[in-house]
Amino acid sequence: MRTVQFREAIREAMQEEMRVDDSIILMGEEVAEYNGAYKVSKGMLDEFGEKRIIDTPISELGFGGIGVGAAMNGLRPIIEYMTFNFSLVGIDQIINNAAKMYSMSGGQIKVPIVFRGPTGSAGQLGATHSQNFENWFANTPGLKVVVPSNCADAKGLLKTAIRDDNPVIFMESEQMYGMKGEIPEIEYTLPIGKARIDQEGSDVTLVSFGKFMRIAENATKALSEEGISAELIDLRSVRPIDYEAVANSIKKTNRCVVLEEAWPLASISSEIAYMMQEMVFDYLDAPIKRVTSPDVPMAYAQTLVDAYLPDTKEVVEAVKTVLYS
Amino acid sequence: MSKVSHSKSTYLEWYRLMVLIRKFELKSAQMYGQQKIRGFLHLYSGQEAVIAGTMSAIEKQDKLITAYRDHGHALAVGVSANECMAELYGKATGCTKGKGGSMHFFAADKNYFGGHGIVGGQIPLGAGIALADKYQENNAVTFCYMGDGAVRQGALHETFNMAMLWKLPVVFVVENNQYAMGTSVERTTNVLDLYKIGSAYEMPSEPIDGMDCEAVHESIEKAAKRAREGDGPTFLEMKTYRYRGHSMSDPGHYRTKEELKSFREDDPIGKVKVTILKKKYATEKELTALENEQDKLVEESVEFAENSPYPSADELHKDVYVGDYPFLK
Ligand SMILES: Cc1ncc(C[n+]2csc(CCOP(=O)(O)OP(=O)(O)O)c2C)c(N)n1
Ligand SMILES: [Mg+2]
Repeated sequence: MRTVQFREAIREAMQEEMRVDDSIILMGEEVAEYNGAYKVSKGMLDEFGEKRIIDTPISELGFGGIGVGAAMNGLRPIIEYMTFNFSLVGIDQIINNAAKMYSMSGGQIKVPIVFRGPTGSAGQLGATHSQNFENWFANTPGLKVVVPSNCADAKGLLKTAIRDDNPVIFMESEQMYGMKGEIPEIEYTLPIGKARIDQEGSDVTLVSFGKFMRIAENATKALSEEGISAELIDLRSVRPIDYEAVANSIKKTNRCVVLEEAWPLASISSEIAYMMQEMVFDYLDAPIKRVTSPDVPMAYAQTLVDAYLPDTKEVVEAVKTVLYS
Repeated sequence: MSKVSHSKSTYLEWYRLMVLIRKFELKSAQMYGQQKIRGFLHLYSGQEAVIAGTMSAIEKQDKLITAYRDHGHALAVGVSANECMAELYGKATGCTKGKGGSMHFFAADKNYFGGHGIVGGQIPLGAGIALADKYQENNAVTFCYMGDGAVRQGALHETFNMAMLWKLPVVFVVENNQYAMGTSVERTTNVLDLYKIGSAYEMPSEPIDGMDCEAVHESIEKAAKRAREGDGPTFLEMKTYRYRGHSMSDPGHYRTKEELKSFREDDPIGKVKVTILKKKYATEKELTALENEQDKLVEESVEFAENSPYPSADELHKDVYVGDYPFLK
């Protein structure tokens, strides 16, 4: 195993794939000469040249759509959004074109493209720069949506996403780019749609994904100190969702809490709760609880950010609620 | 040099405002260093003449809207340094109660429709504000500011077309400081003269020396007159420069020291000062006194921000909807 930063894991996935497949290009704001707004693509212009690492103007609708068009005609573009907040400027191209082209054309035209960049809050950035659209994209048939929580998953899943013949949304985190983790020395890929059991447990199933896995891990630790054994599941992708993994865990624990950063209405946690009552209703000893951001926009002030973001304590309390303890 | 002559009070007001903005931004940078201010902070230093030259040429009922580099515009329309600094601190006494932060200053009572964090988002909004003024026969003009980077958003082109078609009373002002983050204008386009983009829509368009209050004032005055007389929008390209990095985390390696130096030598504040002294509108001593007053305002704003309360947690659920709303718990 080797220790790398999250941003390096993502970079390595792109580099390794680009070395063996010259139909792959990387396009986005500041990806080339500036080496990436968050230095994810550092050194890639030097290695692959300006034909393949392409700086764009601030034209999310344009370059997103150009990426889709290129994917329709033989390339495998990786489109970087400086953050997914800005993807909204061009979301039409993702939802109406990338996601639908294959089915609309009766299977004639595929769109092998990856849209990637950071999602979620990153400190005091205010309402427009602190949003989670995982559930928005996950709602759209035709897309796959990957939200890795650690370095090894990020690399293995991004390589798979790049090789996938379907459009894949790959959501990272500004606050995780500097985080270090171990990755295998040898080349590897990971399948999209398979959850990972982060920690086995017997009293309650805790489900999360992406950056919030850190909070879930801390909650799991805090709970074990109180003698509560939580089984922690990292979904890794939110379309498709590995419902089986969650259901199997609930069969063992009979209780479930879902943790995510997005707003509550029509979220991934709503979806999990719905599917679990359908799949394992008879196994549940308590209603499923969720911990999400509150039903309001993020604000700038430190006090409001603190009040907004879910924390370990909230997760521990939710677990205790489903345990009736 | 200006053909039109401006009054003594205009020069002194330009000087006061630009010095206030410069000192305010310097202080915010300092407070950012002390982590009193967090998140993204984009400073206006170097671009002051654009807003100063605007303010002397517009009327009270006129509207302003801009992007996230918005402190200068707020101070110009009369938001107090106290409210601005408190906002940067994220305090309840800030111009949006600590909700918007640096990128999202607002002051509806001063016709300031805000700072906007999504590049280009404010361009259609500016035209919409103008549409409402035209509809309501308010005789008001909207001044819609944007960076050179924002010109690359599709929203600009759609908006320009409709603004011309409907002859909206709006003036689009691009503050061309030559960089969008680390990307220079020439790396984003083959049309280096941004003002020429207006010609596709036959929108009157002009390049202006944005480091010069007189030039800015004259161009804004002319554009405002055209808009007010019902002849529609104008597109002004203010050629300017930002002295600092894009935001506090940007070291600015993409530009040379020489380039920065050459613009600093063309400093808008310095130029107005020379004119004031030459025309004997004020003495060196009087200008120093005026500078000290701005220093004092800025110092007081820090004290005000320090001593102000943070918004309480229940503010999160306030101002989200007009009226009651059954939030999910
Ligand atoms: C739609 C969108 N894309 C990207 C960003 C990230 N971003 C913030 S500022 C900026 C550069 C804008 O430059 P410019 O318009 O020239 O304004 P300046 O900073 O020079 O005032 C970028 C790319 C954003 N905020 N919104
Ligand atoms: Mg610029």
